[in-house]
Amino acid sequence: MNPNDPGAALAIAVVLFVLGLLGVMVRRNLLFMLISVEIMLNAAGLAFIAAGTRYHMADGQVMFLMILAYAAAEAAVGLAIVLRMHAAGRATLDADTGNRLKG
Amino acid sequence: MTALLPLVILCPLAVSIILLLSRGAMPARATCGLVALGMGLCAAIAVTEAVTFLTGPASTGALHVVLWNWMHVGGFGAQFALTLDRLSLVMMLVVSVVGFLILLYACAYMIDDPDIARFFTYMTLFVASMELLVLSSDLLGVYVGWEGVGVCSYLLVGFWYHERPNALAARKAFVVTRIGDALFLVGLLLLATGVGRLDIGSVLAIAPMAPRPAIALGCFLILGGAAAKSAMVPLQTWLPDAMAGPTPVSALIHAATMVTAGVYLIARLHAMFLLVPGIMFLCAVIGFITLLLAAGAAMVQTDIKRVLAYSTMSQLGYMYLALGCGAWQAAIFHLVTHAIFKALLFMGAGSIILRVHHEQDIFRMGGLRKSMPVVFYAFLAGAAALAGLPLISAGYFSKEMILTSAYNVAPLFWLGGVFGAFLTSIYIFRCVFITFWGHERTHPHGRTTIVEFVPLVILAVLAIVAGWVQTPEVIAPMHLFSTLLAPVFGPLPEEHGGGMLLLIGSIVPIIGVSIAWALYKPRHKAPVPLETPWTRTLRADWGFDALYDVLFVKPYFALARLNRGDAVIGFFGAVAWVTRTGGAMFAHMQSGQVRRYAGWIAAGTVLALCLAV
Amino acid sequence: MSISLLLYGLVAICATAMVITRTAAVHALLYMVVALLALACVFDTLGAPFAALLEVIVYAGAIMVLFVFVVMMLNIGSPAEQREKSWLSGGIWVVPSLLALGLLVTLLIGLRSGAVPAIVQGAAPIGPREVGLALYGPYILTVELSSFLLLAGLVSAFHIGRRIGGAGIAPLHPDGVHVGVNEHRGVDR
Repeated sequence: MNPNDPGAALAIAVVLFVLGLLGVMVRRNLLFMLISVEIMLNAAGLAFIAAGTRYHMADGQVMFLMILAYAAAEAAVGLAIVLRMHAAGRATLDADTGNRLKG
Repeated sequence: MTALLPLVILCPLAVSIILLLSRGAMPARATCGLVALGMGLCAAIAVTEAVTFLTGPASTGALHVVLWNWMHVGGFGAQFALTLDRLSLVMMLVVSVVGFLILLYACAYMIDDPDIARFFTYMTLFVASMELLVLSSDLLGVYVGWEGVGVCSYLLVGFWYHERPNALAARKAFVVTRIGDALFLVGLLLLATGVGRLDIGSVLAIAPMAPRPAIALGCFLILGGAAAKSAMVPLQTWLPDAMAGPTPVSALIHAATMVTAGVYLIARLHAMFLLVPGIMFLCAVIGFITLLLAAGAAMVQTDIKRVLAYSTMSQLGYMYLALGCGAWQAAIFHLVTHAIFKALLFMGAGSIILRVHHEQDIFRMGGLRKSMPVVFYAFLAGAAALAGLPLISAGYFSKEMILTSAYNVAPLFWLGGVFGAFLTSIYIFRCVFITFWGHERTHPHGRTTIVEFVPLVILAVLAIVAGWVQTPEVIAPMHLFSTLLAPVFGPLPEEHGGGMLLLIGSIVPIIGVSIAWALYKPRHKAPVPLETPWTRTLRADWGFDALYDVLFVKPYFALARLNRGDAVIGFFGAVAWVTRTGGAMFAHMQSGQVRRYAGWIAAGTVLALCLAV
Repeated sequence: MSISLLLYGLVAICATAMVITRTAAVHALLYMVVALLALACVFDTLGAPFAALLEVIVYAGAIMVLFVFVVMMLNIGSPAEQREKSWLSGGIWVVPSLLALGLLVTLLIGLRSGAVPAIVQGAAPIGPREVGLALYGPYILTVELSSFLLLAGLVSAFHIGRRIGGAGIAPLHPDGVHVGVNEHRGVDR
């Protein structure tokens, strides 16, 4: 098996992505949903890096860096929202009641 | 003086709009005053225009007044323009002067009606549309006027719409003339695509170069439209029922002007019709059949207005016969005299109807000669003109002109025309003798007012003397009318057999009147209408109504009943149902639950991938 | 080498599976760190050492620590774990699992039908130098856009978190349960 073969790495990425999606769909706690989204972003990054290796180009890693930046921004905003919800009295962080946008 | 020409249309239109906006709040007398003022202005301007035009430099040509560019789409262009030449001048004078007199009369006739404002709104709108029809230099403008008069006819026939028969008569008039209007419109579109323009000058100029079948088809369609408007066979069934409207309406719309619009249109496009002799022959045949059928039906009518309605159809048949024979001057001349004497007859009938408690059955009148002498003499003058009594009536000269032309085309047409004239003199004098002679069977009440007398007397005088503007060579060398129209239609063709034909044509009406006198002269016993199956069929318009009822109306109603659920709306209902249900379904997706959204995104991704892979 | 790739991948997958099933937030985060470190190894195996290091430093180091801080601030106790357990029980798994399985199968089928073999055999890893050249060469605009995004994230995070614990927010009960009577007053002012 060739380490440069993107097939195996892409399969790992797919499995990770699906697991992350499953987490988003299953968990009701907003914090866990955020973590699951991070997993999905990582899976996407892995796919990019595998593709970059396949063609031996730096672009894949550039894309991974972008994803990193997006993940950081998303985590900052998401965590701020989590804190806000908690402070506003939704201590359970239940996403299913998140549609009641008060506070 | 070109600036004044649009005012001929604008004056009645302005009156109509003012009356419309007043919503009946204006007192009846003020309404009448306004109408008289507006129509008087219209007539005065028309006469002034006529005089200036005929004495001006362009008196043999045409005067064009371009008001604005109407449209310019693709290769097609139309201008909103008015044309005054000698033909439209004659029509304009007929419409505005006769229209003025009839509306003056209507002021007296309708003064007690609570809806007088609505009545005059429609009437003046009708006059404006009719003026547009005769003056427009573009067939598109003619069509606008054509539809305008059709709508006004519908509204006025059903003026007393609280009574069901009136509303039904209005609907019938509208539907039957609509068939013709559709034909006319298709003909216009055909011309527009073939010629590229619709202004009459260009159409007539290009028509000789255009392919002959297209021109023939266009002429046929336009003839169809004209025939429906003029109540020619086979689209004649609406006119007798249209008498449900107020009598001034019958006088103005269904005798003097609107029904003659078809005659005007064909005369206006005569250069194109001349290219297709087949259509000309068809036109003559239609007129020939109509004049005989209508005269026959008029013989047995008991309703005074229906007698006049059938006589109108019959006289229009003469005009179409003349058109088909290429006797354009004769057709227009008869149009003018007919407008005068038929308006007179209708107004006389209206005065009688007003006095005898809205009774219209002539067999319940009688002896009115003494109680309403002015109306009697006016009606007599009109009847003489309709019958064509020699020398003392306008109808005599115009009818003789038509018959002579018809003889030169086909002697059979002449024979039928003379027979029609014979019937005409019988039925109209039957009406006169029953109505004015004998015992009084209904005592008239009230008085006929001076406002009614003025138009009656003016038209009666015209009905006697107006024919002398154009006389046969044998009697006097008077050719004012044909000279007037010569720039449009060319000189009058040479005619043969004038003297003999004239003699026969003069004797026949006198024989007819004598027969009518013999049959209907005053006796001790009151006259009763003949009741045989034959007369009943005749009275019901030769059974045309029953035939059309079986052929068209019943199947249509059956179809409508079959489609009561409305298949078309069912389809659209299904579309609406699918949309609504689908919308409700998708609305459930919009729950605000983030996890559900994620699920939907996943499902969508799966679907998209399945489609892509 | 390929064995190590699979091994690291397996670790990452298992750790991720643990992440989404844990009831305690701290446990989940720690498994997440494990998964991220395994991923960093995968990156390195794939010849992307720069990305692997960034994964460790930024993801496992910064972002995860941020999460841990938040969890600490939230002060989640055992009732929360019980609640999580109750939330994760029973039929809640069925539909998401089916969907996820469907996605997995379609993706893998797509991967099998679309995958192409490697063309570069045993090529050298792509180091920070190449990445930096690409980043500040053709991708300069993307970098700028990312900086905008980060700025926007910063501003919005600051805005959202501005008044937490300050005026207008009712005080919290020591065990994290909200006892405020005027919940509707908890609005930014």
